[in-house]
Amino acid sequence: MNRLVTGVCTAAVLLGIWQAYVSISGIEPFLLPGPFAVAVTLVERFDLILRHLGVTALEIVLGLLIGTVLGVTSAIVIHTIPAARRIGLPLLVISQAIPVFALAPLLVLWLGYGLWSKVAMAVLIIFFPVTTAFLDGLRRTDPGMLDLASIMAATQKPLRRTLALLIHVRIPAALPALASGLRVATGVAPIGAVVGEWVGSSAGLGYLMLHANGRMQIDLLFAALFVLALFSVLLWLTVDALLRRALPWQPDSFAR
Amino acid sequence: MGALPGTSVDHPTPKTAGIGLRLQDLAVSYGDKAILQDLSLDIPAGRTTCLLGPSGIGKSTLLQRVAGLVDGPGQVMSSDGLPLTGRIALMGQGDGLLPWLTALDNVLLGARVRRERPDRDRAQAMLVRVGLPDVSGALPATLSGGMRQRVALARTLMEDRPLVLMDEPFSAVDALTRLKLQDLAAEMLSGRTVLMVTHDPWEAIRISHAITVMTGDPATIQRTLNPDGDTPRTIDTDAARDLWRELMHALGQVS
Repeated sequence: MNRLVTGVCTAAVLLGIWQAYVSISGIEPFLLPGPFAVAVTLVERFDLILRHLGVTALEIVLGLLIGTVLGVTSAIVIHTIPAARRIGLPLLVISQAIPVFALAPLLVLWLGYGLWSKVAMAVLIIFFPVTTAFLDGLRRTDPGMLDLASIMAATQKPLRRTLALLIHVRIPAALPALASGLRVATGVAPIGAVVGEWVGSSAGLGYLMLHANGRMQIDLLFAALFVLALFSVLLWLTVDALLRRALPWQPDSFAR
Repeated sequence: MGALPGTSVDHPTPKTAGIGLRLQDLAVSYGDKAILQDLSLDIPAGRTTCLLGPSGIGKSTLLQRVAGLVDGPGQVMSSDGLPLTGRIALMGQGDGLLPWLTALDNVLLGARVRRERPDRDRAQAMLVRVGLPDVSGALPATLSGGMRQRVALARTLMEDRPLVLMDEPFSAVDALTRLKLQDLAAEMLSGRTVLMVTHDPWEAIRISHAITVMTGDPATIQRTLNPDGDTPRTIDTDAARDLWRELMHALGQVS
């Protein structure tokens, strides 16, 4: 409750400063509309914004799901197979050195104006944080736990022993690290989708913002931006809550 | 040894009454640094042998070498000539409980990693035997340090191996809890061959039939003492104090 009050007050003060600046300076509304004008537009054009949000949300969620599956798989393969480690680790670092934004036009060229080029952008942008976080987690397993499980599985064939250690010890122990990667991924996935829409699309909040900008409908741009930010924050909070619930054994505290 | 309830359930390895070990010319080094050298020792079957030595001398490394977790020159031979694989239970430093598993599932960890059918009744019976009838559904983080060590002991008993390797298993709990756990472990593991590492002479005096002192760098066997009497031993006797002085003397000879 206290946190809610703090949040509402902070927002009210910031919006107040914004509105005061617009009213006092008399700046043109097509350069900077006040928050009140933006709110009016948000209500009036809500159907339009919601329709485009649906497209962007689908791109983000699909990107997150596919990117997570790919990242988790890559981390396990790189961790388990020596040859994949020698090839995969440098590739992983190089992949991050190429700016994803530079690839956006290429993705649109290859995958078209539709949904999939944006999903691909989101996948590319979250692949690195998911893979590296999970890989770090897999590498940092407590040696005592591994010794224990190795002795328990001593009678198993080597491959089966490696798999047993991976499934019963390494992967569960690395889940908190994966959760950190997923939190970062959830935060940046909307950037990927929106950049994809900017480069070439006919739907989505990114498209709507670019379109509104070109027509001097800055109030619509702000309204779409607000909805995008709200959606991103709610998505992050949902993922965060799900991860917390999924890992109840993990210590969780802030500084006192 | 006291028959455990349910020890007759089928098990991948035949159970023997306890196996003796002969360590011959063991050496282990990490890079250029030799940790153990020319280390030979006979470990009697069905008895508890303590490896006593200062922290960092390589006691844990010796345990890992015996367990086959690290490689090196020399031989670890069993008295019956059969390989040790599958006949060892390990109780490591700290409780080693997996924090995402309940107490009961931690006791069942061996069955899980070997993809055997988990015998939940027997696991629960093990928890009862170590004095924890009501914790089966609890996560380790909700248990006290002493309770976690008891769960770890139940997990070790669940494995039902003739050879038990213990690496300072009770070093993280308070003095009183440690005494109770030592008694419990001595009782539960009697009849098995136990090789236990400790830096605490009193712990060695309380629960071991043979005490082997390790000194030097790289570490080697200083001497082995075979105190009389049954374990767990009471420690406020003249004999125990004499033994303590002897051990301290042996530990101090090289420093």
